Amino acid sequence: MKKQAVGQSMDRVDGRLKVTGAARYFADHQPEGMLYAALVCSTISSGRITAIDAAKALRAPGVADVVSHLNAPPVPGYQVENPNPKQGLKIFHDDRIYSNGQPVAIVVANTLERAVYAASLVKVSYAKEAHETDLAASMNKAFQVAKIKDYLRGEADAWKKAPVNMEAEYNIPIEVHNPMELAGMIAHWEAPDKLTVYAKTQGVKSVQQTLKTLFQLPEDHITVHSQFVGGAFGMALRIWPMEIATILAAKKAGKPVKLVINRKEMFTLVGYRPAATQRIGIGATADGKLTGITHSAVANTSPYEDFTEAIVNMSRMMYACPNVNTRYQLVPLNLSTPVWMRGPGEATGAFALESAIDELAHKLNMDPLQLRILNHADTDPDKNLPYSSKYLKEAYDMGAAKIGWQQRRQTPRQLEEDGWLAGYGMSSGVFSASRGKATASATLRSDGSLIIRSAAADIGPGTATAMVQIAADATGIDVKKIKFLLGESEYPEAPRQGGSSTVSTVGSAVNDVCRTLQQKLGELATANIPAFKALKPADIQHEAGALVSGTSRLDYAALLQQQQLPELVVAATSQAGDERKQYAMYSFSVHFAKVHVHPATGVVRIKHIVSVADSGTVVNTKTARSQMIGGVVGGIGMALTEEALIDQRFGRYVNNNYADYHVPVNADTPPTDVLFINKKDPVINPMGAKGMGEIALIGFAAAISNAVFNATGKRVRDLPITPDKLI
Amino acid sequence: MNQFSYVRPASQQAAIDALTRDSSARFIAGGTNLLDLMKNGVLAPEKLVDINRLPLKNIVLNNNILHIGALALNSEVAAHPLVKTHHPLLSQALLAGASQQLRNMATTGGNMMQRTRCSYFYDITMPCNKRTPGSGCSAIGGMNRMHAIFGDSEQCIAVHPSDMCVALVALDATVLVAGPKGNRRIPFGDFHRLPGTTPDKDNNLGKGELITGIDIPASPFTRNVYYLKVRDRASYAFALVSVAAALDISNNTIRGVRLAMGGVAHKPWRLHEAEKALTGKAPTTENFRIAATVATQSAHPYTHNAFKVPMAQNSIVTALQKAAAV
Repeated sequence: MKKQAVGQSMDRVDGRLKVTGAARYFADHQPEGMLYAALVCSTISSGRITAIDAAKALRAPGVADVVSHLNAPPVPGYQVENPNPKQGLKIFHDDRIYSNGQPVAIVVANTLERAVYAASLVKVSYAKEAHETDLAASMNKAFQVAKIKDYLRGEADAWKKAPVNMEAEYNIPIEVHNPMELAGMIAHWEAPDKLTVYAKTQGVKSVQQTLKTLFQLPEDHITVHSQFVGGAFGMALRIWPMEIATILAAKKAGKPVKLVINRKEMFTLVGYRPAATQRIGIGATADGKLTGITHSAVANTSPYEDFTEAIVNMSRMMYACPNVNTRYQLVPLNLSTPVWMRGPGEATGAFALESAIDELAHKLNMDPLQLRILNHADTDPDKNLPYSSKYLKEAYDMGAAKIGWQQRRQTPRQLEEDGWLAGYGMSSGVFSASRGKATASATLRSDGSLIIRSAAADIGPGTATAMVQIAADATGIDVKKIKFLLGESEYPEAPRQGGSSTVSTVGSAVNDVCRTLQQKLGELATANIPAFKALKPADIQHEAGALVSGTSRLDYAALLQQQQLPELVVAATSQAGDERKQYAMYSFSVHFAKVHVHPATGVVRIKHIVSVADSGTVVNTKTARSQMIGGVVGGIGMALTEEALIDQRFGRYVNNNYADYHVPVNADTPPTDVLFINKKDPVINPMGAKGMGEIALIGFAAAISNAVFNATGKRVRDLPITPDKLI
Repeated sequence: MNQFSYVRPASQQAAIDALTRDSSARFIAGGTNLLDLMKNGVLAPEKLVDINRLPLKNIVLNNNILHIGALALNSEVAAHPLVKTHHPLLSQALLAGASQQLRNMATTGGNMMQRTRCSYFYDITMPCNKRTPGSGCSAIGGMNRMHAIFGDSEQCIAVHPSDMCVALVALDATVLVAGPKGNRRIPFGDFHRLPGTTPDKDNNLGKGELITGIDIPASPFTRNVYYLKVRDRASYAFALVSVAAALDISNNTIRGVRLAMGGVAHKPWRLHEAEKALTGKAPTTENFRIAATVATQSAHPYTHNAFKVPMAQNSIVTALQKAAAV
């Protein structure tokens, strides 16, 4: 029996390309005659543009054009007659300014340096209006989005009647994705009705659809290339106004135009995790059975779009609690629109819920791990369905053993090590294990090699590697002879890479297209090969890239050669069925942390982290481990260091660079043990694999704040936990 | 981009001449700060005078005085055996600064010349008296968590970002300067300025003057020293507060002490009063606390940086405890 590829710690199939610089990211492309662009962005936060003086810029060397609302080609898809103000920012459409940093012009020149210089020469005059960028100051403007109703199970606010209860407010600031690779686009109108773009995106098909609508072109007149993405964390889940600006500039210039935005613009042009204020009230019986949870959240959005995410949802389903009510509201601020950032709203909500559980455990004088186990949900209390698989209790046990949870003291501020206060904390996380719809094609060549194509994305987790492993097991073909190609809009349909769904969705399509290929090979063999003629295709065995029946064995390659077929191409579409109505499907994570807090300086040092994933079958233990560690690093940032600061007087970011916006560095990142339950989910998809990208981060920040409380007796409810908050 | 010329003179005199002739010319060595300033539009020099070829990299001990050339790299100085043996405080401070990559480029002279990291100085759309005299200070009344609590003025509350300079002011170093009018020596504590009414001037260098190196006199502070840096992340972050502490202890008595702080003022902030309070006393936590109180008496915090006062006090005590190994 051949060793299974799924489950192996296989090297990335594109690792060599990446480390040798051969991988071509969007900005590495160079269509002939390409021009370079730089943006001019608003320096006011609300108001109107009264004048744009581009004369000096247009006289600067090498400048081809300055495009703004005064001279931009129209975007035919903008619904200018529709009075709904929440349609998104229509770039270069009118003189309206909604946020500081909003692009007001794009300068095109024959070198990047000349474009940047000329952009500095464009003088924009404004009529300033009052702006608001402070969530705390705008709570009176909170409103409910029609599609997200209040939730009630049992009795509202039941926590208030509980023998033991607590209520607290938790705040998270704006966080910015800040992947290393800057965003942007290369736009190339190959004909007046034919557009090719090189994009940084989590979904080429999604970009194609948006452009199809906006520019009203036939789908096959829009080509989107995005084979490599240098990190995204959610910021490339949608197309942004600056990308439309690039396309307009290219249209006007009649040449390809490249825009790569700068680090400052990464704070204002490509989304962020919104600031959120949450209140949780939670109550239990004296022996720790939860009786009520009330969770409300208010998060910011932009003036022109309502961005929503699932901040309060975990409180509905994580614990067996008879009475739960939640409310979710938005506040429009003069900022650009937020977007999902890894973990997304669930990570925001989990910080509040998993902190509140810890606070309640403290009030109960109970081990917070015991409180969680005591209130474990055996079936989904929200949907009232059994779980497709759930090994959360095992995950708790594994993590507790690894971190040495028995060394934790129930009373805070009891442990000291080398002059530092020591403490332990834990939390759990949950995220919907989804499965969407995807199509893959398989091309078997007469040399025995297999190429699978699907318009998926890889923003870093190692998608192609996992797909090769899945295809290897489905076909028996060696991993070295399989290629998985992604990131091209001409490939078969696949959804965006987001919401921890790629392996489940695209992996299922890969599995299914391999089955389709085997069926087709079987048909070929039964029709044409004497040894197989008596059989039905379904009766033929497939082993290691060969058709087998009794003692007859025929390699796939040999079959194609005998039939004089250079290649055989099949496609398959795969999606979930009714099982999703019968089961609740979730991935779970458990995070344990040991921290040191310096009693004099307030500095927090994480000493050890254990993160356990209950995410079904682990397709590749190496890339999965990397993905979990990446989530942990993001979680450290959320817990301790990351906060985008706005000077509310100006509505402008003041720490919009890598030096002042503190993404954790290696020195912040302690030894991290990643443990996997690695048990197949029997329902969700053929591989039994549930998602992992989000749960790596969900709940993590609470594990740190809970550990800080255990070390110091101080509860920090406003992230990030910087030293000044512990002085 | 802004057009500028670039020259790489072969001699010190030629470098000084080049700078003297051209009012907007700037010396460039490692460029770790100057290039940021140019990219942000804070500075637009018409000429860059690259001094990297000048023979100013020496680290030598002469008559017990340690000489460090202006072009010695931060990473070289931090790792140099003479520095580690005679002035370990300097080595510790250097290693607390920036990142390894930056230390590999940044020079001793350049470290002294770096500008504040006040956000408003770098955002040319906002008022800043340091960048544009008379335009106002955005940090007063703005985001001032990182800003000064000592020596500030109504015109500027920016802090000097260096760690190295905190150790050098504690060690009574001397700055060696060459200029159109010849050579001169500036005590380290007099090199950087407080903002006063001229926050655009960071230091007392004259026109065309070039830092050629620093001298550090022999001192007894080779063992009981500690550089404590409190920051928002474990590396590559500027100090919320930092403390350079050096003690000369014998028979349980503090014979000599040097204390300086970073992240709290427009210049590296020497704590003379606290030093006086400790001299002749026993190295006890109680005495350290008294010194910390003395040190922060003149503190003047703003909206977001009041925490720096207790943090400074606690850090002074902690750094002294570490230095004394009590």
